[in-house]
Amino acid sequence: MKPKVAFFDFTSCEGCQLDVLNLTGEELLDLLNAVEIVNFREAISRRDDDYDIAFIEGSVTREAEIPRLQKIRAQAKILVALGACACIGGVNALKNNLKMDEALKMVYGNDAKQFDTIPARPINAVVPVDFYIRGCPVQTGEVVKVIKALLLGRKPEIPNYPVCTECKMAGNICVYELGKTCLGPVTRAGCSAICVSGGRHCWGCRGLVDEPNINSQKDILEKYGLSAERIIDKFKIYNTYTEVQK
Amino acid sequence: MTQVNINVHYVTRVEGHGNLVLNAKDGKIEKLMWEVPESPRLFEAMLVGRHFDDVHHIASRICGICSIAHTTASIQATEAAFGVKLSEQTILLRKLLYHAEMLESHVLHTIMLAAPDFLGVESVIPLASTHKDVVVLALRMKKLAYKLAEALAERKTHPLSCVVGGFAKLPDPAKLSALKKELLDAYKDMDVVVGLFKTLKIPDFVRDTEYIALQDAKEYAFINGMIASSDAPAVKIDDYLKVTNEFVVPQSTAKYTRNKRDAYQVGALARFNLNSKLLSPKAKKAAKELGLTAPNHNPYMITVAQVVELWHVLEDSVNIIDRLLEKGIKDEPLNVKPKAGRGVGAVEAPRGILFHDYTYDANGIVTKANCIIPTNQNHNNIQKDLEFIVPKILNKSDAEITLLMEMLVRAYDPCISCSTHALQVEIKR
Repeated sequence: MKPKVAFFDFTSCEGCQLDVLNLTGEELLDLLNAVEIVNFREAISRRDDDYDIAFIEGSVTREAEIPRLQKIRAQAKILVALGACACIGGVNALKNNLKMDEALKMVYGNDAKQFDTIPARPINAVVPVDFYIRGCPVQTGEVVKVIKALLLGRKPEIPNYPVCTECKMAGNICVYELGKTCLGPVTRAGCSAICVSGGRHCWGCRGLVDEPNINSQKDILEKYGLSAERIIDKFKIYNTYTEVQK
Repeated sequence: MTQVNINVHYVTRVEGHGNLVLNAKDGKIEKLMWEVPESPRLFEAMLVGRHFDDVHHIASRICGICSIAHTTASIQATEAAFGVKLSEQTILLRKLLYHAEMLESHVLHTIMLAAPDFLGVESVIPLASTHKDVVVLALRMKKLAYKLAEALAERKTHPLSCVVGGFAKLPDPAKLSALKKELLDAYKDMDVVVGLFKTLKIPDFVRDTEYIALQDAKEYAFINGMIASSDAPAVKIDDYLKVTNEFVVPQSTAKYTRNKRDAYQVGALARFNLNSKLLSPKAKKAAKELGLTAPNHNPYMITVAQVVELWHVLEDSVNIIDRLLEKGIKDEPLNVKPKAGRGVGAVEAPRGILFHDYTYDANGIVTKANCIIPTNQNHNNIQKDLEFIVPKILNKSDAEITLLMEMLVRAYDPCISCSTHALQVEIKR
């Protein structure tokens, strides 16, 4: 029998689900041959609460989301965090740097009190997570790789070395050589350094490698005469939650 | 005594979360509510204190489905604040990138999310066996849109190369040339799409409302122009607050809007009603074949207006590529100097007009931000449509009422993930 797969969205932009829907025709049809999708609110009307594998997109930012996530965890044999918001809190956690009542007032004025909102958390802060598909947004190739591994009962292999390794392979000029800051030296690879290839720099959306070489990052900043302030500012965009935990 | 209690908790096949509630007793409606209970994400507060080079990167994350619209509105707001002048090449590249998102989003909405309702199936998945050719061509057109965005900005969801002042990386002319050929090949696919929509029975409900969209004298505007209304003279984008007049309602975390009447509509039908004369030739022809003439006051026709716009986007993309290749793509330095001040960016997201408004200090740090998304501007109009339509269909079965209500909401192509989000139907009677 085909394993039953469900997709759920919590607080997010839903871009990761959208990119799953954008698997090329063949990949999508192969996937539909291998699994039965029973719950995917953005794409289908069916809503079935009997599933084996649950993909969770988004962070937890409301009290009401906590029991919902716990219920999904209790049902799913395998729970996968999909994208930066679910894996590390992502941009949602930027609001954790703010005083919540002031932020609410800034956005909603004096009607702010009616909203239920709590500091943003990645899903592993609420329930145990089995696998992580990282990035903002996720790479569709990696989504396919992880699903294939799960179907074969294998642990998916996700790189645990910095983006710099892939960036060199992509033939990019180092961003630091251009006088700009970049989070590539401490960020987990797997994205083929797409942001640098697109003329930008690494924003750290895949989170830190397991043992980030912070000293080497400091050496780089010193070598190029750059301040730590701007890089910490950049680091906060996706990794505010990680930073606050330390 | 007959009671109708319909509660659709989370309307599916839309972006974000929204609920529909209908309670009726003995043919009288006691409660009819379009609720938007999405988490407040507080983007406007999160943008304060950020450097301009990070601002559009963060603003893009407001919505994964219209990230190019948010990125473009954000970049243009910053450029307006700093007084940045753009080259013709940048404007052309930006319009082409914008078309990529319009193409992908409209194909996704018209064929994969809305068409299943008309064909009586629960999603696009069963269509893969009954209408395989249509599903295959939809996937092909979506793929083409992604390829176009990738050639210009490395990826479609949260684009990379488009930055304040221009492009951080320029596209390869050979790739653009190849994409032009694929766009021309897609003309055949568009004929099939128009053919399919000609056979669909669109619910016929006419409710006149105010229509608001960007308008430009020379072209069918997506990223430039003034704010036009069916009811009033056009105003400059800097004065958008005079048009949106936001207010907070208890059933929603999203703010509602109104202008000259109690509600207004934005999106493809608003654009069509105000600007149809400027559509490309094949788009005009498709409108005629699909029975769409301006002004049209049936909200279910929004989806048809999107089909018409698909033709415009294809034809205009080919024209833009021709112009870029004829001029030759040149390396241009980004000339951006931060300046204290305020700037407004306005674009037509696939689902309607979108505003970003930033105030910067002299170092290029945001001190104040405001974003008004198209779906929030439509919530109030959706509620008014429901109040008009539901009394006329109360004699139908719960399943039929639910479907018509859901189809109405879906027609608006709501993208409720934007900062706040919507769909769940609850009928009680």
